[in-house]
Amino acid sequence: MVDRSGTPLVELKDISIAFGGIKAVDHVSVDLYPGEVVGLLGHNGAGKSTLIKCLSGAYRQDSGDVYINGEKATINNPRDARGYNIETIYQTLALADNLDAASNLFLGREIVTPLGLVNESAMEAETRKVMHRLNPNFRKFNAPVSALSGGQRQSVAIARAVYFNARILIMDEPTAALGPAETQMVAEIIGELKRQGIGIFLIDHDVHQVKRLCDRAAVMKNGELVGGVVEVDKVSTDDLLGMIIAGKTPAHLAA
Amino acid sequence: MAETAEAKAGSPQRKRLLDTLEVDSRLLGMIGAFVVLCLVFNVFTDGRFLTPRNIFNLSIQTVSVALMATGMVFVIVTRHIDLSVGSLLATCSAVMAMTQTVVTPEWLGLGLNHPLTAPIALLFGLICGTAIGAFNGWLVGYLTIPAFIVTLGGLLVWRNVAWYLTNGQTIGPLDSNFVLLGGINGTLGESASWVVGVIAVVAAILALAAGRRSKKAHDFPVKPLWAEAFLAVVIAAVILGFVATLNAYDVPSNRLERMFEARGETMPEGYSTGYGIPYSVLLLILVAIVMTVVARKTRLGRYIFATGGNPDAAELSGINTRLLTVKVFAIMGFLCALSAAVAAARLTFHSNDIGTLDELRVIAAAVIGGTALAGGIGTIYGAILGALIMQSLQSGMAMVGVDAPFQNIVVGSVLVVAVLVDIIYRKRTGAK
Repeated sequence: MVDRSGTPLVELKDISIAFGGIKAVDHVSVDLYPGEVVGLLGHNGAGKSTLIKCLSGAYRQDSGDVYINGEKATINNPRDARGYNIETIYQTLALADNLDAASNLFLGREIVTPLGLVNESAMEAETRKVMHRLNPNFRKFNAPVSALSGGQRQSVAIARAVYFNARILIMDEPTAALGPAETQMVAEIIGELKRQGIGIFLIDHDVHQVKRLCDRAAVMKNGELVGGVVEVDKVSTDDLLGMIIAGKTPAHLAA
Repeated sequence: MAETAEAKAGSPQRKRLLDTLEVDSRLLGMIGAFVVLCLVFNVFTDGRFLTPRNIFNLSIQTVSVALMATGMVFVIVTRHIDLSVGSLLATCSAVMAMTQTVVTPEWLGLGLNHPLTAPIALLFGLICGTAIGAFNGWLVGYLTIPAFIVTLGGLLVWRNVAWYLTNGQTIGPLDSNFVLLGGINGTLGESASWVVGVIAVVAAILALAAGRRSKKAHDFPVKPLWAEAFLAVVIAAVILGFVATLNAYDVPSNRLERMFEARGETMPEGYSTGYGIPYSVLLLILVAIVMTVVARKTRLGRYIFATGGNPDAAELSGINTRLLTVKVFAIMGFLCALSAAVAAARLTFHSNDIGTLDELRVIAAAVIGGTALAGGIGTIYGAILGALIMQSLQSGMAMVGVDAPFQNIVVGSVLVVAVLVDIIYRKRTGAK
């Protein structure tokens, strides 16, 4: 069970963001505690990715505040987010396909020698260590990531987030492009990260996946939050589907 | 029977040999094409193509385009293009020409051929080129105008800024120290060339050894020692062979006589000496080394290639891609200025049409050298080899006596075919 008595790791308070008159996110508040996985559900265009990009620094909210460990945070770009130990695994994985795993893992944060030159050997050694922990079958250290399978690419993206001591992890549909075995691998990694006390936002379409992996879930429709953040054990998949499709709060929660 | 078995085993074994040596097979292909090209021209010119004299000329003719091609690699790798390099070269050349014929002798009162003239002119030119390049990069990166448009505009603007600066006149002769950069007017001489050659060999061997040590330190697999030794021998042979060839090109005796007269001496009977390595070629080698280190071993280089591979990923990784664009174009501008100095010094004057169509030669050199216009892929040595192939093709055909229109038809066709071959190669090897 997740202990929610302390300060939340992240609080998104009353966030709104509009694109040319269309309210993509409309006064949404979500929080996240250490060691917890909060699922964000909703249709395409419901606003879940937009909401979370305010936390990862890709967008700036029009109104509302972000609190990290109870303190107000200013996140203007992805560099700021990294400063708060927020790491994001994008749906597109955001990997440079022409570079190898080590180059991608350390992109923007390379290990350099005293002369200021990139220390390739050290980076590869570190990559081997972290990949050994996450995905022991990973061997293709010298190939560009374009030559890797979906699961291998996913594990590079996760390794990048994990290696730099993420406290808050955002995963945007991490299993969308994966087969069953690779999905299982990602599920195991998520479990491992939870045990380390990392807070995870998991954006997903699949209600079964959310039931299985998440502690709580927030459903968004047309930019608004449907029925607050619910504990997944207290709702059925049908309830969740009803929230996603009809925007209807389940009767036993609405009461 | 035994023969066929051997023949069958031959191909995979050769592949394994290349794998062991860890040599880029694409590079080998280009070198192979270049060697074939040289041999064919040598046959058709009755052995005039592969003489020390022609190799010397080829190398000094290649420098100007090759210098800019190394910068163009970065520009194209970041998914941009620079069509203004020829015009930028003209502007930088005009600035340097005016500096050394008007600013230093008249305004600063240093007179003609003062030792400070050449450095001041070069400095002005380099500042000018870097600033214009950075400005282009700002337009592209921060104002998000497509590089094609910015530099297409620049093609017209800077060509005519050069015209305006010089009133369209040919400016010359240039400062006597400045023209040393041009090639035939400034060479190291035989002994200094050998010293440079030996230093280069030692440096190459040390670099190989350092790479091996660093791999061993992290328990990564290393090549067998014989493979390293073989590579070292090949590299040493190429370097020393090149030096020997340039040294074998003798300074004409009447020119030597004039040199002795100028020093108030008489030339000893039967005295002869070779040119050795031209300063401009030395400059190109230095630039090539620095650019290769930047590309492979610095964060800047990493970010250039990452941005070319996936601009969104680079941005999300916290890389300031806008500032990166400014830096890439500033490097391009700096190299245009350096190239302008070499080109003007080689002619010993600045002419209004200097660098005309160079943008196309430079882009062609980079592309023939394996730089992908889609971004993310390209090498410095490839671009230089590309420039060398283009120049060999051009001067080889001129020596054979191919009609001028056919020369350009061939060069144009080669560019297209080279890219086609590259596409096929990449498909075959499964690389993207």
